[in-house]
Amino acid sequence: MSTTAAPVPIAVQAAPRSRMARLGDVPIIPCTILGIIAFTAVFADFLAPHDPQFGNLTARFHPPAWQAGGSMEHIFGTDHLGRDVLSRLIFGARVSLVVGFTAVIVAGVIGTTLGIISGYLGRWADQVIMRVTDTWLALPALTFAIFLAAIVGPSEMNIVIILGAVYWTRYARIVRGEVLSLKEREFVRLAIVAGASKWTIMRRHILPNVINSSIVLATLMLGVVIVTEASLSFLGVGVPPPKPAWGVMLSDGKQGLMVGYWWLTVMPGTCIMLMVLSANLLGDWLRVKLDPQLRQL
Amino acid sequence: MSSSTRNSVNSDTMTSHSQGAPLLELRNLSTHYVSAAGTRVVRAVEDVSLTLHARETLGIVGESGSGKSTLALTMLRVLPPAAQIVSGQMLFEGEDLVQKSEEDMRKVRGKRIAMILQDPMASLNPLFTIGDQVGEPLREHEGASRKTAWEKAIQLLKSVRIPSSETRVTQYPHEMSGGMRQRIVGAIAISCEPRLLIADEPTTSLDLTIQAQYLNLLRDLQQEHGLGLIFITHNLGIVAKMCNLLAVMYAGKVVESGPVSRVFNTPAHPYTEALLSSIPRMTEQRQRLTAIDGQPPDLSNLPRGCAFAARCPRVFARCMVEEPPIFTPSPGQTARCWLAAPNTAHASSPQVSVGAL
Repeated sequence: MSTTAAPVPIAVQAAPRSRMARLGDVPIIPCTILGIIAFTAVFADFLAPHDPQFGNLTARFHPPAWQAGGSMEHIFGTDHLGRDVLSRLIFGARVSLVVGFTAVIVAGVIGTTLGIISGYLGRWADQVIMRVTDTWLALPALTFAIFLAAIVGPSEMNIVIILGAVYWTRYARIVRGEVLSLKEREFVRLAIVAGASKWTIMRRHILPNVINSSIVLATLMLGVVIVTEASLSFLGVGVPPPKPAWGVMLSDGKQGLMVGYWWLTVMPGTCIMLMVLSANLLGDWLRVKLDPQLRQL
Repeated sequence: MSSSTRNSVNSDTMTSHSQGAPLLELRNLSTHYVSAAGTRVVRAVEDVSLTLHARETLGIVGESGSGKSTLALTMLRVLPPAAQIVSGQMLFEGEDLVQKSEEDMRKVRGKRIAMILQDPMASLNPLFTIGDQVGEPLREHEGASRKTAWEKAIQLLKSVRIPSSETRVTQYPHEMSGGMRQRIVGAIAISCEPRLLIADEPTTSLDLTIQAQYLNLLRDLQQEHGLGLIFITHNLGIVAKMCNLLAVMYAGKVVESGPVSRVFNTPAHPYTEALLSSIPRMTEQRQRLTAIDGQPPDLSNLPRGCAFAARCPRVFARCMVEEPPIFTPSPGQTARCWLAAPNTAHASSPQVSVGAL
């Protein structure tokens, strides 16, 4: 008896679905929020009603427009130097977005690469990378960042490098763990017995399988990185002072909180919260979308 | 095409195959696992000698832990770090694989010797399309372009009888049934037209109908491409259906080998006998399954004498003190058992003709 019938060409549903169609249900709210932040960051020069770095000292601590004493001139009020809060928020988006995203990407690239190498090659490579990671993690992240910042000096570029250098270990740890289980999977063994080289396996079989975890971790790290950037800015080793960063604004405004100048902290705080929340929601959605088994659902 | 007729055909034609240079010849091959401190040595494969010609099918059977899988990994030199080949030769088309550099060995894997793993269901990467995965060995070994590899993948899927292969190549593993994934793994294995195919329990995860289909497919592929085929299994039914040569492993050693029909009809080693009698038979009224009493020995601490002595129903004094060498009870058949010694007297017989190694 023959085993299978002759291959009858059955029209199995029109196959090539476009990549965009697959993305389908983009989460609207997070995308809108991130879109607005990105838009204001790009077009800050045109959108900001006032100069973010220079204020009118006679117009200090003006409340937001809807509160008694406020005016439409300064919709979100002014700070202790009479600078327009809205303008500073708009320019601050640029700093937070650039520093946050690039630092997360730098950390992610370093950490994922080293994590894969550590997990897949094992032996001495694993020992070296994991001992370095242990040492790194033993140091408090902020103290370590301050230490590095004191060495290289404050600038936006340096902040990115410092945050990348401090936080790559988180990725390395998680990625290594995944690689350890992945490399025992049958498809990796099949690649080995099919004669694929170590680098081919790491690039073609391991990396695509850990990239999702890296992306999810990146969205979680975004919040941490923005807060760390703010902390460094507050301590004077972050973004240099006249430049508006949400972290700097938060720190500057915290003394005013006790005497009722709530808008100085609530405004940048809300911005940070919305950005981190949106990034997390987007990351969650992306994780599901990137998994071919969940994609069909 | 019932299995019995095919089987007899196989065994008749076997002698003609045996002429010419062997495809694979293992000579006194030993692979040991060594503990990190170097204090414990597990002799997973010990002094194994086997010969396989093109178009022949060798079945390797044995209990779990008898060294079957380690032997398969040894043949491709993809052993875990703790294991190493301590002695012996593996002549594949005249070249000794043991001596090859890792880089040269990589060119052999997948290209000249292919392997189907124990769980083909999990052997596919969930993130890539079938076409990418079937074409991967071609791109890796033959430098084929993505397009050529893709077209070849469609051909390969056709050759393993996957319907509407043009559509199937664009799909992902989770969109396939188990039997299909199995056949895709088969397609990957033959993609570079290897000379030797090693299948390590390829059907354990499949149900019986799919299993039969797959075995037929493998046999057809073997005949089309003139492959040497090594089947690692603990299913003697598969051996009877598929193989013309059989090697029985026990405690890391090949205790008996030879043409399937001869080993099945006149087993020379009591272990083989016990294995054969433990196959449940439909005709028998008795409901209780026959099993071999006892446990296989600890491979890091083998007893003196024959490793099977403790479980052997026909054990005698000599078995406990002296390890039997390889005897040749009949042409082409070998056995590591004192019962197979030429002068069959169980009493001490100092003159022993050691089988040709």
